Amino acid sequence: MEDVITKPLESQEYFINMGPQHPSTHGVLRLVLSLDGEIIRKVEPHIGYIHRSIEKMCEHDSYQQIVHLTDRMDYLSCHINNEAVCLGVEMGLQLEVPERVKVIRTIIGELTRLSSHQLWWGVMGMDLGAITTFLYGFRDREMITDIFEETCGARLTMNYNVPGGLMFDIHPNFQKRTKDFITHFKKKLPEYDDLLSNNVIFRQRTMGIGKLSKEDTISYSVTGPSGRASGFSCDVRKHHPYSAYDKVQFKEILRTEGDCFARYQCRIDEMWESISIIEQLIDNIPEGSFKAPTKAVIKLPKGEFYQKVETARGEFGVYIISEGQKSPYRLKFRSPGFSNLSALNHMAQGCKIADLVAIMSTIDLVIPDIDR
Amino acid sequence: MKSVINYFKEIYFGLKSLITGMRITGHYFTHPKEIITQQYPENRETLKMFERFRGEVVLLHNENNEHKCTGCSACEVACPNGTIEIIHKRVDVDGRKVKALDTFVYHLQMCTMCGLCIPACPTDAIVMANTFEHAVFDRSKLTKVLNNPGSKIMDGIK
Amino acid sequence: MKWLYDFSYLTRAIHEGLSTRFEPGTVVILEMVLVGITFMLLFALLGLVLVYAERKVSAVIQQRLGPMRVGKWGTAQTLADVIKLLLKEPLINKDADKFLFNLAPFVIMIAAFMAIAALPFAKGLHAIDFDIGILYVAAVSSLGVIGILLAGWSSNNKYSLIGAMRSGAQIISYELSVALSLLTIVVLTGSLQLSIIVESQANGWWIFKGHIPAMIAFVIFLIASTAETNRGPFDLAEAESELTAGFHTEYSGLKFAFFFLAEFANMFIVAGIGATVFLGGWMPFHIGSWEGFNAIMDFIPPIVWFFGKVGFMIFMMMWFRWTFPRLRIDQLLTLEWKYLLPINLMNIVLMAFLSLMGWHF
Ligand code: SF4
Ligand code: SF4
Repeated sequence: MEDVITKPLESQEYFINMGPQHPSTHGVLRLVLSLDGEIIRKVEPHIGYIHRSIEKMCEHDSYQQIVHLTDRMDYLSCHINNEAVCLGVEMGLQLEVPERVKVIRTIIGELTRLSSHQLWWGVMGMDLGAITTFLYGFRDREMITDIFEETCGARLTMNYNVPGGLMFDIHPNFQKRTKDFITHFKKKLPEYDDLLSNNVIFRQRTMGIGKLSKEDTISYSVTGPSGRASGFSCDVRKHHPYSAYDKVQFKEILRTEGDCFARYQCRIDEMWESISIIEQLIDNIPEGSFKAPTKAVIKLPKGEFYQKVETARGEFGVYIISEGQKSPYRLKFRSPGFSNLSALNHMAQGCKIADLVAIMSTIDLVIPDIDR
Repeated sequence: MKSVINYFKEIYFGLKSLITGMRITGHYFTHPKEIITQQYPENRETLKMFERFRGEVVLLHNENNEHKCTGCSACEVACPNGTIEIIHKRVDVDGRKVKALDTFVYHLQMCTMCGLCIPACPTDAIVMANTFEHAVFDRSKLTKVLNNPGSKIMDGIK
Repeated sequence: MKWLYDFSYLTRAIHEGLSTRFEPGTVVILEMVLVGITFMLLFALLGLVLVYAERKVSAVIQQRLGPMRVGKWGTAQTLADVIKLLLKEPLINKDADKFLFNLAPFVIMIAAFMAIAALPFAKGLHAIDFDIGILYVAAVSSLGVIGILLAGWSSNNKYSLIGAMRSGAQIISYELSVALSLLTIVVLTGSLQLSIIVESQANGWWIFKGHIPAMIAFVIFLIASTAETNRGPFDLAEAESELTAGFHTEYSGLKFAFFFLAEFANMFIVAGIGATVFLGGWMPFHIGSWEGFNAIMDFIPPIVWFFGKVGFMIFMMMWFRWTFPRLRIDQLLTLEWKYLLPINLMNIVLMAFLSLMGWHF
C-alpha cells in the first residue's frame, strides 16, 4: 500500500489502431499510433490491405489492357494515370500523336485534377467536422463527372486513353458543357474560401500544423501540392511538359510555410490555375484525327522507358522494361501517395489526434494508389 | 495596449469569418430551389443516361433475330480479364466447314466496363448498352449468353 | 379556450378533481406521476420532431432533400428509426464494465429529466418553480457529463475513453460561461426564480431591454450552450472523423437511442433556458405603445411563443453545426478561458454598472 501511495504517477504511452476501418483514413489504411494522452509520439502506417498486384498483372497484359488497370490505382486522377501509360508506350514506339489528342488529353487531365481537388476539399472539410462542405464539393464535382460520362463513357474509371490517342472523339457537347462548368465553378470557388479558407476555426486548425521543411520534403520525395507547399518546385507539367502543357500559360503554385494551411491553399490556387488552363485550350482544340494509327498488337522495342506525369497528388511515374514482347517484362509505377505517406510520421509527431486527421487530409491520400 | 487592440481585432475578424460562412449555408437554406438531389427509383422514366455510358456489353440483333458476330474471338483476346468466352461451332457454308459462333458467354461479374472489346470487333457486332441496374440475388444470373436462341449470323458478314 | 392562455386553470381543475376523490398524500403522488408521464411523452415527441428537423435542416443546407420515403416528406422516418433501434441487438463489449455500461445512458437521461422540470413552458405550466431556478438548472444540466464519463470509461475502448475525457474537460469549462452569461441577466432581474424572470419581461425581452451587454451575454450563451450540449462545432466527444463515434462507439440499439435522445433533449433544455432568460420565455413580443400590434401578439398563446423561441434557438444551433469545422481540444479550452470567460466577467461588471445607473429600459 505504502509504495502505491509514494510512487509518483507515471504516464504511459499507449497504442491505438486507427484503421483499417476508420472514417478519416479514406480507405483501408491502418495507422498504429503511439499516444501520450492525446499527443502523438509515433505514427506507423501499415499498408497492403488493398493490394491487388497490379504491377504483376501488367506483366501479362497487352499494352492496351494495362491502361485500364491504372484507373484502379489513383481513381481520382484516373485519366492522368492512363495518360502516363499511354505516353510511356508512345515514347517506346516513338509515335507522334496528333495535336488534337494532346489538347484533349490536357483538358480532360485538368478537369480530372479539378474534380479530384473538389472531392479533396469536401473531404477535408468533413475530416475537420464541417460535413456540409462534403456535399458542396460533390455538387460541383457532379458537373465534371457528367462531362466525363458524356465524352468518355464512365464517371470514374474512364479508360479514355489508348496508346496512340483516344478511344473515341470528344462528344459534340463537350466544349459547351465544359464552358458551362467553368462559369458555374468560377462562381462557386469563392464560396470555398468563405466556408473554409477564411474561417477562423479552420485557420486555427491548419496553420502551423504538420510542418514539413523543404529539405524533408525533398528527402521524403513528397511531390504534388503537398511538396510545393514547402517550396519544393516539382511540378512535372512545368519542368518536363507533356501533352499540351508546353503551349499553355500557367503558374506553378509555390508556398514556403509547409504546414497544413499551405498545402490546402496550394490546392485551392491550383484549381484556379486549372480553370485558366482549360479556358486557354477549350476554344482551341485543333481539328484532326483522335488517334494515331497503331498496330493491333503493340510490341515495344527492347529497352527501358520512363514517363512521368503530374497527377492531382503528385508525380506519377511509369517505368516500363520491355523485352520486345507484346507485354512488358517488368512494369513499375511510382505512385505519389506512397512517398507522401512516408512523411506522415515526421509531420505528425507531437501533434494531437485531431491534427493527424488534418494532416492526413492535406496530403490527400488515396489508398489504392499506395497499395496498387 | 497594442495587445488589447489585437485581442479585440481577433475576436472581430473571427466572428466576421464565422458569419460569412453562415451566410453561405443560410443562402442555401433559404433557396430550396437549388436542391440537386435526384430521387432515383422514382425518376426512372425521366432518367436518361448519356449515350456513351458503358453499362454492359450486348450483342446486337436485328428484327430477324440475326447478329453480326462471326465468332472470330477478337473481343475475347482484347478483354483484359476473360469476361468474354466465345464458343465455336463448325458450319457448312458452300460445302466448306467454317468457324461460327455457337455461344457468346459474357460474365458480367468480371467485366470492368473498360470498353476495349468494342473497337476490337471487326464487324461491330457488340456495343455497350446503357443499362446499369445489374443487381441480382443469384450470382449465376450474371453469366449471360448474349446470342439469342435460334439466332444466326446476318448475310454477308464475314 | 381560456386555459390555453393561462394553464393554471387547467392545473387547478386537475388538482381539485383529484382532491375530491383521494387523500392529500395520494394526490401528491398521483400528480407527480402525471407530471413524469407528461415529461416522458414530451421527450419522446421531442426526439421524434427534433431528429426529423435536424435531418431536414441539414439536408436543405446541404442542398439535399433529406428523408423522403417513409410517410409524406419522410415525416415518419424517425418513427421507423426508433423501431429499428428497438429491434437491434444490444451488444456489450466482452471486457466492458457491465454495470456502469448499462447505467451510463440512464444517468444522462435522468440529468435531462431533472433539468426540464424547472422550465416554465407557459403561464401556469411549470412543474417546479424553484426560487433558485437558474442555479438549479445550471447545476443539474451539467450532471449529464457523468453519464458520458461513465460510458467512455466502461466501454473498454480507447476511442470512447478519449472522447469521454475530452467531454469532461469541455463541459466543466463551459459550464462557467453558461452560468455567468445567465448571471448577467440575473443582475437585472434580481432574482434567480425563473417565473419571476419571465414576469419581469412583460414589457420587453431582456435581450432588448439590456441592449449591448445583454446581446453580448446572449452570444456567449449561444456559444457556450452549444458546447455544453456537445454539439458541433464542439462535438469533440463524438468527433466522428477522429474518434469514430467517441464515447458511444460501443453502444447499440436502445442504449444508443438514449444517448441520441439525450443530445436532443439537452439541446431543447438549453434552448429553453436561453429563451426564458433572454427572449422572454412565453411572453409575447410587445412594442412600446402599439396597442393594436400588442393585442395581436397577445392573441398568440404563450405556449406557442415559448416553443417558437426554443425552435429559433435550436435552429441557430443546427445552423452552427452544419456550417463550422470542429475545434481542437486545446483551442476549445483556449476559447473558453481566454475569450469567453474574461469577456463574460467584464460584461457582468458592465451590466452591473448599467443597472446601477438605470441605463437599461
Ligand atoms: S468491357 Fe472490358 S472487361 Fe468488359 S467485356 Fe469488354 S473488354 Fe472485357
Ligand atoms: S463479337 Fe466481334 S470480335 Fe467478338 S467474336 Fe464476334 S465478331 Fe469477333
